[in-house]
Amino acid sequence: MNDNNGNTDFAPWEDPAEKPLIEFRNVTKRFGDFTAIDDLSINIYDKEFYALLGPSGCGKTTLMRMLAGFETPTEGQILLDGQDMAAVPPNKRPTNMMFQSYALFPHLSVAENIAFGLKRSDMPKSEIAGRVDEMLRLTRLEQFGKRKPHQISGGQRQRVALARSLAKAPKLLLLDEPLGALDKKLRQDTQFELMDIQEKTGTTFVIVTHDQEEAMTVASRIAVMDAGRIIQVATPDRLYENPNSVYVADFIGEINLIEGKAEPLGDKLTEIHWAEGEAPIIGTAPADLAKGTACHFAIRPEKVAISSERPETHANAVQGQVHDIAYLGNISTYHVKLKNGQIIKAQAANNRRLSRRNFTWEDPVWLSWTDTAGVILTQ
Amino acid sequence: MRRFTWFNATALTFGFAFLYLPMLILITYSFNESRLVTVWAGFSTKWYGVLLHDKAFLSAAWITLKVAVMSSTFAAILGTMAAYALVRGGRFRGRTLFSGMIYAPLVMPDVITGLSLLLLFIAIGMDRGVTTIVLAHTTFSMCFVSVVVSSRLATFDQSLEEAALDLGCTPFDAFRSVTLPIIAPAVISGWLLAFTLSLDDLVISSFTTGPSSTTLPIKIYSAVRLGVSPEINALSSIMILIVTVGVIAASLVSKRSIALQKADEQKALQQ
Repeated sequence: MNDNNGNTDFAPWEDPAEKPLIEFRNVTKRFGDFTAIDDLSINIYDKEFYALLGPSGCGKTTLMRMLAGFETPTEGQILLDGQDMAAVPPNKRPTNMMFQSYALFPHLSVAENIAFGLKRSDMPKSEIAGRVDEMLRLTRLEQFGKRKPHQISGGQRQRVALARSLAKAPKLLLLDEPLGALDKKLRQDTQFELMDIQEKTGTTFVIVTHDQEEAMTVASRIAVMDAGRIIQVATPDRLYENPNSVYVADFIGEINLIEGKAEPLGDKLTEIHWAEGEAPIIGTAPADLAKGTACHFAIRPEKVAISSERPETHANAVQGQVHDIAYLGNISTYHVKLKNGQIIKAQAANNRRLSRRNFTWEDPVWLSWTDTAGVILTQ
Repeated sequence: MRRFTWFNATALTFGFAFLYLPMLILITYSFNESRLVTVWAGFSTKWYGVLLHDKAFLSAAWITLKVAVMSSTFAAILGTMAAYALVRGGRFRGRTLFSGMIYAPLVMPDVITGLSLLLLFIAIGMDRGVTTIVLAHTTFSMCFVSVVVSSRLATFDQSLEEAALDLGCTPFDAFRSVTLPIIAPAVISGWLLAFTLSLDDLVISSFTTGPSSTTLPIKIYSAVRLGVSPEINALSSIMILIVTVGVIAASLVSKRSIALQKADEQKALQQ
């Protein structure tokens, strides 16, 4: 589940005795009339890799800047290790930040950049050079210590920024869209490097990103944000398989949403009436719903099977016509048009090298899924 | 590709002649043997020798230099502070008014600036001399520094300062160890601008000068009223030389730093 932490038992958020490293207590931040953060409470635990995920303008960067001390909450409290941070200026906080633009000092060499924070700490002068070397080794920058930031590549700059923010061994490292400026291949390599470094140093990481794949890859828990509020906090797999709302379901990965009215069958099994003349969808609701509750049935494309004959085994089956096919190499996504005009996406893995497609445009097909494949959302 | 035509050549010639012919004539006549400025009597450097022994001119030159160095230094400090406050201060009440007031002296006629300063110095009973000239020059040249520095600060990545704070700097330490080294070229070019403005200012200096503090422009102006002498031609030629050398040096320095940076980036790309 949390393979980036090396053991599956890392889940301090499930232990009520565990004290959180960071606590947001009903924090609100307003800029003039604009409410950037709206009455938000979260707990972040020691050694977590915590991702703040959301579209631009959702308040995730403001949240991080409040942790660094560049913004102060209008209302509420932020506690770090149980201490209220309101009166602590950025230079006195045990946090360090890696900036989106990296913010490397252009007039200083790579080694001087890394030593910058150490020179302003109480570390004895004799130990600084050793610590700088250690950070250069950790980020594989040994040959570049004497270079200026404009003499190295983008990926190397990103590692300098990381080394500089880790040099003071902060309790908490804040990463603001740290990989945004890198190209896709480099970004994926760097994600694993970040996880590796987080594990080696045992530092708590809070990362801000709008890239859901990035958040899923690196984070132990993800907080999905929208308009200054937290919509859901969960581990990547729970977020993907058990979204609590249409917003989260739609934001994380691809999903089919079918609108309808619920009718409970008992034991959490629920029928969803979604179109005239179609059999109701049978799904599992998180709790028993009242009859007639408006809801969405949400199902991931890879959990929808596509076949030419009606399958006997699956609880749900609907008929449609292939509208479009997206061939992505490893998988194909079929866009199937149902009788009521709705498009449902179904994914099939291309396990064999195809000489001939099983289905082609305009083919009549059956889509099917089990009664536990999808989730029923009421928000 | 632009082609060379007779029209272009003529326009270029007239344009440059308009700009540089007066100076060329001045320099030529500074090497004139004759005492009469407009009559050519052979080549000589004797007026430069005379100039070197003219105590009045030398002391005026010394005063001018002192005033220029002091006022441009004060202007660089105050102008940088003003620019920093205006660009970084956020949106405080009356910010527009303040920035307007900083830049107003740019377009204010020198006569008005000079006169108002004179009235101020009289009102507070300040004896006029080098101090008052320095104050006056600082006042009008700091806005030029402020313009240069604030345009640099506007393109300055503010996260650099935040990074410095984040790494343990006090706000002052962040300014000293990060902001200042990065904006230093702008501060220096602001200083040079203030220096040249102070060097050749006549109007404001003559309002705020005292009996023992005649600057070079004032000295030249009053000497010319008695008739142009070859000595003044020689002095002006020296000033032209100094300014030319300064401008060429400044452009060479900036070209070199750009070339160095390009070479560095090339090096980075190759690895």
